[in-house]
Amino acid sequence: MSLDFRGEAPVALSPEERGQDAIEEARRQVQICNACRYCEGYCSVFPAITRERAFADGDITQLANLCHNCRGCYYACQYAEPHDFAVNLPRALAEVRSESWERFAWPRGLAGTFQRSGVALAAALVAGIAALFLALAALAPASGEGFYAYLSHAAMVAIFAPAFLFPVVALGVGVRRYWHETGGSPVRWAHLKEAALDAGRLKNLSGGPAQGCNYENGDRFGNARRHAHQAVLWGFLLCFASTSSGTVLHYVFDAPAPYPLWSLPKLFGVPGGVLLTVGAFALAWLKTKADPELGAPSRWGGEMAFVLLLGLTGLSGLVLYAATGTALVPALLALHLGAVLALFLTTPYSKMAHGAYRFAALVRDAQGRAP
Amino acid sequence: MNGTLESTLWDVIVVGGGNAGLCAAIEAAEAGARVLVLEGAPEPYRGGNSRHTRNFRCKHEAPLSVLTGAYQEDEYFDDLIRVTGGKTDEALARMTIRTSEECLPWMERHGVAFQPSLSGTLSLSRTNAFFLGGGKALVNAYYNTVEDLGVTVAYEAEVTHVAVEDGRVQGLDVTIGGQTARVEARALVLASGGFQANLDWLASAWGEAARNFLIRGTPYNRGAVLRDMLDQGADSVGDPTQCHAVAIDGRAPKFDGGIATRLDCVPFSVVVNRNGERFYDEGEDVWPKRYAIWGRLVAAQPEQVAYAIIDASSLELFMPSLYPPERADTIEGLGQRLGISGPKLRETVDAFNTACREGAFTPTELDGLATEGLDPPKTNWARPIVEPPFYGYTLRPGVTFTYLGLKVDETARVSAGGARLGNVWAAGEIMAGSILGQGYLAGFGMTIGTVFGRIAGQEAAAHVA
Repeated sequence: MSLDFRGEAPVALSPEERGQDAIEEARRQVQICNACRYCEGYCSVFPAITRERAFADGDITQLANLCHNCRGCYYACQYAEPHDFAVNLPRALAEVRSESWERFAWPRGLAGTFQRSGVALAAALVAGIAALFLALAALAPASGEGFYAYLSHAAMVAIFAPAFLFPVVALGVGVRRYWHETGGSPVRWAHLKEAALDAGRLKNLSGGPAQGCNYENGDRFGNARRHAHQAVLWGFLLCFASTSSGTVLHYVFDAPAPYPLWSLPKLFGVPGGVLLTVGAFALAWLKTKADPELGAPSRWGGEMAFVLLLGLTGLSGLVLYAATGTALVPALLALHLGAVLALFLTTPYSKMAHGAYRFAALVRDAQGRAP
Repeated sequence: MNGTLESTLWDVIVVGGGNAGLCAAIEAAEAGARVLVLEGAPEPYRGGNSRHTRNFRCKHEAPLSVLTGAYQEDEYFDDLIRVTGGKTDEALARMTIRTSEECLPWMERHGVAFQPSLSGTLSLSRTNAFFLGGGKALVNAYYNTVEDLGVTVAYEAEVTHVAVEDGRVQGLDVTIGGQTARVEARALVLASGGFQANLDWLASAWGEAARNFLIRGTPYNRGAVLRDMLDQGADSVGDPTQCHAVAIDGRAPKFDGGIATRLDCVPFSVVVNRNGERFYDEGEDVWPKRYAIWGRLVAAQPEQVAYAIIDASSLELFMPSLYPPERADTIEGLGQRLGISGPKLRETVDAFNTACREGAFTPTELDGLATEGLDPPKTNWARPIVEPPFYGYTLRPGVTFTYLGLKVDETARVSAGGARLGNVWAAGEIMAGSILGQGYLAGFGMTIGTVFGRIAGQEAAAHVA
């Protein structure tokens, strides 16, 4: 009689037969999760797992984009290494997730560069700033008020309208590809509403009753990452609202910039910039505290560069506002607009794209939950 | 580190860093005691069998935290009597049940997060509070709590001898990371679990067949402290020859397979032994209630193995399995894949199919769809196995815990020769046989551990105050 029954076990769980590619490995782990089910209350990933018995590639992609990398399940897992089952679901899904964004990106190829390489993103930033200095030099207007003294409104629109529309189109193509791969059905308002509520509250980063992520302090829970992310999300949206309100004032009410403090663009923009800046630098700090082995280590550099770029965008905007009326304005204007340009143009290929795919995953999940 | 451990006179030493030990350490430290926890496992495997648990059975008069309705003392006690067949100490059991209610908020205050009943376990939503993330998350929360309270924890610390002299413990011999040390304490809490991972001990109690059992939990519960205390005349309780075993996936690892290795397919199966013969009514009752007896049934079969056979129509009627089942288009082929005689399996399945009769099949309740003229009969869910492909799972006994333990009183105090030891308390699996003499009640092990761990910690701290 043998003491060791492992020889009879299917190879799928043995360490040497672990999934070679990211989806295969995630599928192996998800099947273990589905036989265990201890983690149901952390986030939407586990209830989504329990709705299935077999997992196609598209199912794994959907689970990966639903995972917000809070890491609660990893620290709770009785099958984490050194256990032979070697479950590290946050990492397995992070690998699938970042690969999926590279696969969905349009045009393909660019995403790999900006997700993996912080240097590439830094280069994009340098190029963006240089482009703005060039524009300032080449397109200097004869007259104008405020920023328009250095770059005319028409020139700004000529640069930033395409820079804004391009990522929207590119991400649209990516999300279409996502929707196709994950087998989504036509979207209804109820799905969008549910997804928006989840995204706005970052419900999947809340850890459920556990209150937060396991990010900056080993297996201890904390809400710092969720709050920092909320600051970035709402800060970004406020900045967007600021620009939009300025556009409306300009074209509809014939009220061009500069705007006083008690105006919609400033009332949205200043708090938005503060939230974006503080949130982004907090996220960067948290990233240095968290265990890189629970994410996708090969994308760490690209993610970090992206968070810093976000923070720099917010900070340069605030500094530019503070410097109003000084000789520093042209240089700061080039710096800020260069950062904005780099941020926008790399959006479909950087971590910024996660916003679109996460939201799509939340909508898809709402469909899956619907009876 | 051993130098500091040896040179300190600890107020309380807790042996074992699972749920019970950590509850004791928290209570003692909160009372101001200087506490040392000696955990036998390395840090990633800390927490004993608690790391594999998932819920806490809790008395409550009204909805409490995630628990619905009410679950009162008498109902709880009746449930206990049913599974133990009366093998319990009523006073201790009722005290445990009553105290469980105040434990749940205490657990929450000390970092444990609960979640509503897991899918597939709705029947427990009133009686059992589930740990979010399972037992390892609970263990992590308690380790964080003891760290905050200034408790010292030594990992890979195996206690080899408890020096009892004149009815008091003087010190402990312990091996920490390969180095032997002598540590001294004014009070001692023993919370080092049972001996279910000690195959030699199991074999001497059960017979050589026990070497074929799988151990569902930690490999570190080898019972060294329990053996040492019993050898020194500590009073014992519980049947030394018995362990609690369930039928699990036969392909599970030898140790630490935990919850994921469970198989819920039996009620929809024909179960045969190595000889291809049936041996028990697979449809006797709904699975959770029968879960436990199948460990024993399989243990009694040749080579302690059995095979559950289903057809395509039943594949999705039970929780997904960790390992995919063996699969074949014919019964003979399935037998071959499972390593048993194909023709014999065909014969057994044919006989079963012939004995099935027409009727409504209802997987979620006792449907009375029984065989006719078959021995042993299948008394529910007896549906012919005819729709290919056919699937087979290997079943082995998976040991959960052992019953033999230290006898304690209502203050968790250990005794020898009927006299209380001066400064030794016990909590958790090492004394659970005092209350759970037979059978098992889901989530009750964690209740015993929490209630007695807290009492032991309070009493030990009061003793040294």
